[in-house]
Amino acid sequence: MFDSKVIGMIIEGIRDTLYMTLGSTLVGYLLGLPLGILLYVTNSKGLKPNKIIYGIGDFICNIIRSIPFLILLILLIPFTRLIVGKSYGSTATIVPLVICAAPYIARVVESSLNEVDAGVIEAAKAMGASNLQIIFKVLLVEAKTSLFTGATITTGLLLGYSAMSGTVGGGGLGDIAVRYGYYRWQTDIMIVTVILLIVIFQIIQNLGTFMAKKIDHRKK
Amino acid sequence: MSEIEIKNLTKIFEIKGHTVTALSDVSLSIEKGDIFGIIGMSGAGKSTLVRTVNYLEKPTQGSILIDGINLSTLSEKELRIKRREIGMIFQNFNLLEQKNVIDNICFPLEIAGTKRKEARIRAKELLKTVNLEDKEKAFPSQLSGGQKQRVAIARALATNPSILLCDEATSALDPQTTDSILKLLKEINETLGITIVIITHQMSVVTEVCKHVAIIDNGKLAEEGEVDKIFESPSSDAAKELITGSEINYTPLKSLDTKRKIRIVFKENSAYEPVISNMILKFKTPVNILKADTRNVGGKARGEMILALPEDEAVSEEIILYLKENGLAVADYEGEA
Ligand SMILES: Nc1ncnc2c1ncn2[C@@H]1O[C@H](COP(=O)(O)OP(=O)(O)O)[C@@H](O)[C@H]1O
Ligand SMILES: [Mg+2]
Repeated sequence: MFDSKVIGMIIEGIRDTLYMTLGSTLVGYLLGLPLGILLYVTNSKGLKPNKIIYGIGDFICNIIRSIPFLILLILLIPFTRLIVGKSYGSTATIVPLVICAAPYIARVVESSLNEVDAGVIEAAKAMGASNLQIIFKVLLVEAKTSLFTGATITTGLLLGYSAMSGTVGGGGLGDIAVRYGYYRWQTDIMIVTVILLIVIFQIIQNLGTFMAKKIDHRKK
Repeated sequence: MSEIEIKNLTKIFEIKGHTVTALSDVSLSIEKGDIFGIIGMSGAGKSTLVRTVNYLEKPTQGSILIDGINLSTLSEKELRIKRREIGMIFQNFNLLEQKNVIDNICFPLEIAGTKRKEARIRAKELLKTVNLEDKEKAFPSQLSGGQKQRVAIARALATNPSILLCDEATSALDPQTTDSILKLLKEINETLGITIVIITHQMSVVTEVCKHVAIIDNGKLAEEGEVDKIFESPSSDAAKELITGSEINYTPLKSLDTKRKIRIVFKENSAYEPVISNMILKFKTPVNILKADTRNVGGKARGEMILALPEDEAVSEEIILYLKENGLAVADYEGEA
């Protein structure tokens, strides 16, 4: 039953899962990081408070985050088709994953930046730093550990969501689990995929925690 | 022309409908090369005052002139360049925790666009100035409070400023470390000719290093002048309170029936003369010493004493006259003692 065909399929599933998870994390950060910085900067206590911009960003983030992922997945089918050309498969799944992740990432980034000591920012201002210099040379540097931890949590979350997208033909391990475990009652294959998902999750989590500690110079 | 001129400065904060007047109509002139203390109780407005000097806080009314240039006339960009001439250090040091010592010191130079190699050479010089050559690669978390403040001083000096603002720079440090940081500031003032503004709530910091002092009370300038003079004869209540402090709480051993208390300040030449014992011998009448203390004011020994005078007013007057003739500053004292 675990013939080479099944094993090949599982290996392909691992590859697809990693591709979707890491791909959506990466693209999610391309959108979410600037959005998070924007939220931080325009917040009433930020570098350049702006009620309107903050209000809009805040609203969009809250709206998207309040839609359950599965519903978002279905809602976005036309949009996904427009961008990728089809609505199934791992590349297509990245689209809703990114849309779901970006506002989440923005929030995580915003809260990481909020943790940076106001005194350090004040010191940078006193040195004559511009807002851009403060963002890139102070905030992102001082918050790096927290940002890294946030990215680890986000990756874990997207791993779970990528598996969930298997229910609508998203590809990857989740897809295999649904197809074999749910439709064909091949529980053993489902168990193997679940174990693999757990293992991948653990690896991401531990690697992330390890790296976060490694780059942190605050306590030693 | 004064190096820093604060003219009729008023700062009002508005928070959720109600207003806080942090500073009201404060005017001060700080000369080049001075060590100028600004002292006041917590919440008096000292931090707000010093933060307007580099325009981290914009005045609600009034103006700040640095070398005759009104900061309100500068664009944002010009202001940022101007700030390189005004270093600042803080109570909590505010070092970049994720950067090591040398990178912290290089940071203002990086901001200013100095080449990395040049910046590192300058940073190494500064490490020598603040006596931390062996800590170049250490991270702030590995340093003591005093060492962190030394790094902060080096960092503040990196761009060769002509002014150094210190906001409660020694308030988080123990007395010995405070002394060493104050010594360093004095040294920097003497060797580099930098004008230093020291914000503090501790009179001992002012008397230790400052030449001039301004007393801020409740957002207003209560008194200002040479530290010597103000220490000898404070005229405002705020100054009196800061100088004599709330720490005096002596009850006389044997209570004299006394109405009048005086505070006398010994100067250098009189400090070691037995003025009091001579006085007692001369007048044959006891006085209660309620408090006695000596301090180093700007490098000169200064002693202060609070005396309870005898009931007899005529004798009291004669005693005061006698003390004044002997070169002591005498003032009535109204505080609790
Ligand atoms: N950004 C601010 N917003 C509102 N109120 C402020 C702000 N900064 C200072 N204040 C108020 O101004 C007063 C003076 O504060 P501050 O200058 O920090 O005093 P100090 O440094 O002498 O302790 C206080 O009442 C404080 O609450
Ligand atoms: Mg303060």
